[in-house]
Amino acid sequence: MTVSRPWRIGLRTLALLYLGALLFVPVGLIFYRTFEHGIGAVWASITTPAAIHAFQLTLEVTAIAVPLNTIFGVVMALALARGSWRGKGLVNALIDLPFAVSPIVIGLSLVLVYGIHGWLGSSLTKAGIQVIFSLPGIVLATIFVSLPFVVREVTPVLKEVGDEQEQAASTLGAGAWTTFRRVTLPSIRWGIAYGVVLSVARCIGEFGAVSVVSGKIAGETDTLTLLVEKRFSNFDLAGAYAASALLALIALATLLAMTTMNRRREEGDA
Amino acid sequence: MSATALTVPARRAERSYGALGLGLATLWLSVIVLLPLSAVVVHGLSGGAGAFWDAVTSAQAIAALRFTVLVSLATVALNVLGGTLIAWVLVRDRFPGKRVVNALIDLPFALPTIVAGLVLLTLYGQRSPLGIDVAFTQVAVLLALLFVTLPFVIRSVQPVLIELDREMEEAALSLGAGNATIFRRVVLPNLAPAILSGAALAFARAVGEFGSIVLISGNIPFKTQVSSVYVFNLIESDAPISAAAVSTVLLGVSLLVLLAIRGLGRWGARHDR
Amino acid sequence: MISVSGVTKRFGDYVALDDVSLEVPDGSLTALLGPSGSGKSTLLRIIGGLESPDVGRVEIHGEDQTDVSARRRGIGFVFQHYAAFKHMTVRDNVAFGLTVRKRPKAEVAARVDELLEIVGLAGYQRRYPSQLSGGQRQRMALARALAVEPRVLLLDEPFGALDAKVRADLREWLRRLHDEVHVTTLLVTHDQEEAMSIADQIAVMDHSRIEQVGTPRELYDRPATPFVMRFLGPVTQLGEALVRPHDIALSHEARPGSHEAQVARVVHLGFEVRAELVLGDGEELAVQLTRGEADELELAVGDIVHVRSTALPRALASDERREPEADALSA
Repeated sequence: MTVSRPWRIGLRTLALLYLGALLFVPVGLIFYRTFEHGIGAVWASITTPAAIHAFQLTLEVTAIAVPLNTIFGVVMALALARGSWRGKGLVNALIDLPFAVSPIVIGLSLVLVYGIHGWLGSSLTKAGIQVIFSLPGIVLATIFVSLPFVVREVTPVLKEVGDEQEQAASTLGAGAWTTFRRVTLPSIRWGIAYGVVLSVARCIGEFGAVSVVSGKIAGETDTLTLLVEKRFSNFDLAGAYAASALLALIALATLLAMTTMNRRREEGDA
Repeated sequence: MSATALTVPARRAERSYGALGLGLATLWLSVIVLLPLSAVVVHGLSGGAGAFWDAVTSAQAIAALRFTVLVSLATVALNVLGGTLIAWVLVRDRFPGKRVVNALIDLPFALPTIVAGLVLLTLYGQRSPLGIDVAFTQVAVLLALLFVTLPFVIRSVQPVLIELDREMEEAALSLGAGNATIFRRVVLPNLAPAILSGAALAFARAVGEFGSIVLISGNIPFKTQVSSVYVFNLIESDAPISAAAVSTVLLGVSLLVLLAIRGLGRWGARHDR
Repeated sequence: MISVSGVTKRFGDYVALDDVSLEVPDGSLTALLGPSGSGKSTLLRIIGGLESPDVGRVEIHGEDQTDVSARRRGIGFVFQHYAAFKHMTVRDNVAFGLTVRKRPKAEVAARVDELLEIVGLAGYQRRYPSQLSGGQRQRMALARALAVEPRVLLLDEPFGALDAKVRADLREWLRRLHDEVHVTTLLVTHDQEEAMSIADQIAVMDHSRIEQVGTPRELYDRPATPFVMRFLGPVTQLGEALVRPHDIALSHEARPGSHEAQVARVVHLGFEVRAELVLGDGEELAVQLTRGEADELELAVGDIVHVRSTALPRALASDERREPEADALSA
């Protein structure tokens, strides 16, 4: 279809207006509002003990959840792309559940299992291990919501690359682990990297599930996202903006990483 | 030593590593995801069918569910139109800054939902520079959902549009069709599965959304309260069984949508060869 | 008749067509023949209205069509990769042009059946393109293009995506179809055998220009440039002249104008025999003989023989065009 010039400009304008009103202007505005009163105020706001702790907690949780889900992701991707086994279709569908389930339901489900009266929680509490309202609960919630990303990025790469190289390595005498380390892993490294970036963004940004399981104990179980909400509820609008701007910057950095990787991947394919 | 003598034991080892890995991965999936979700269902039913029914059909539960479904459908409808348009412009048009715009489309994926809510509140809430204040209204919920589901249809349609055989459009043109006809009879039917997939993903996301709605909607029962917020309130007011019951309904909706997406994937590929 | 005059087309810095002019007679089957990058597809698309020229005119049946959209030129276009509407049945594909013109259903159905009969796809109405072979899809595409009774049929390397055997069958079938239907047909191809075997007239293109236009016989026997000669058939060099291997006479005795050469190899290719010779100056020469001729001569490796050209004086090797500007030398 060759669209005539007036139509093309019209469609473009409409699209950009939609995006502007919904995305660009609101995000731009929040940066403006945040730095309206100078960087000093913002810096002070994000370096309070509560903020620093929230930041540290968020990073800690991410640092635990992402590597675990990456290992899971790669192993599961290998199983999905290479094998045919009973239940494969079902597992494949189940992996998407964290995308489709409400974060509140996720939070509730963890409370029901690991809470004081929960299925596993009751025994854990007796053993002195607290999950809900404590770090482990937040970690579990974060693992849940970020579970599918690495699998979903690596599986299509594995399928496309095919297993001929691995077969070649095998005929040359390489064992399973060596083949994996020297042949398979390098071929999927961009898929893994991309999946990791997406997972990290998701972990840092999780709110709903963590709302339920964290108990929001100030200075202890507040993640950065919970801090934003807490400050807002306490009418500390500037503080909420500051923390939000920090999170938005992290999000933009994520986008930058994603775009750069996408371009590298395309160049790698060419 | 022949090559086969080397590969047979290697393949056997590979197979047992594979089986072990798959077993562990499935165990991980079950413990992290399946175990907790099944706890929700079991708990929801643990008070008996009567209690379950009461919790799910309480006036507030029904109001929340109806509002959730309606506003999610409206979100999806608008983002299907907007998203298809934006995908078209990104694929077929050229203008300075297009690459930046394309990258920014993913921002709702990367941004924490609570920040998204705050972001929309700044422009469309009480201190709006434009004077538009829709905070605490149903429109606010719609706006929040439009924001968080924006990328779904766009990212679903884009690759299909890129792969679309331009010669089909040229063939239609040579046969006498104008742009409107070409779009309606050639382009759209080939985009439909992707549009619907994106729509289904957006719907699933919208129905469960919490963080972006919590600040901007005011969570007024019977007016701007969505099911996820209702469940949250039930949890906070220590009514876990009712919370679990309503959650079970939400889970059911999620599962249905997941199945629909799979089916759409297969339907979309039916003429591929 | 189709008349193209002075057409130039650029894509950025790249010149796809450079002052091209061509006339295609009514009812003929004309081939645009050339290597990839010669501009033949671009010319076809400009004639069809899918591209517009930067300079020049396109006239169909006397009407200036240069700025007319492909929709309204009354052309039928067939693409190399079929461009089938994969979401529609064969019947809906073929009917497309008619339904766009809002013809009554009964008329459409009758015409579709008639066309599917003609292209040998009767009974395939309900199938989808994904269920057809490549050759079948292309026949469907032809039926689709013919459905609206175009005054010109344009085919862009229609058999390029098919197996050699299917390609050969379909090309003959196309010629027979053309003899029945008599639509002015313009065919783009890089396969000289294809062009030679079915076209009434061939326009040979290279590097955005038309080198020569003529019947297959004319082009083969009297090529205007070395390029045309090389493209349409085997060529070998005897001294300064380019000669066809079968236009060389071999004898054991010297003849006026003959060159001396030594037999390096004799290859028996069934009915034909190829003698590979080395000339006095070290240059290699290939001569094509029939089996009878070879037997008569009793050639053996190492023999000294005499060769001379039996063809009319023609293009010289020194006429080889290097750059488009070095035009002045060619015939």
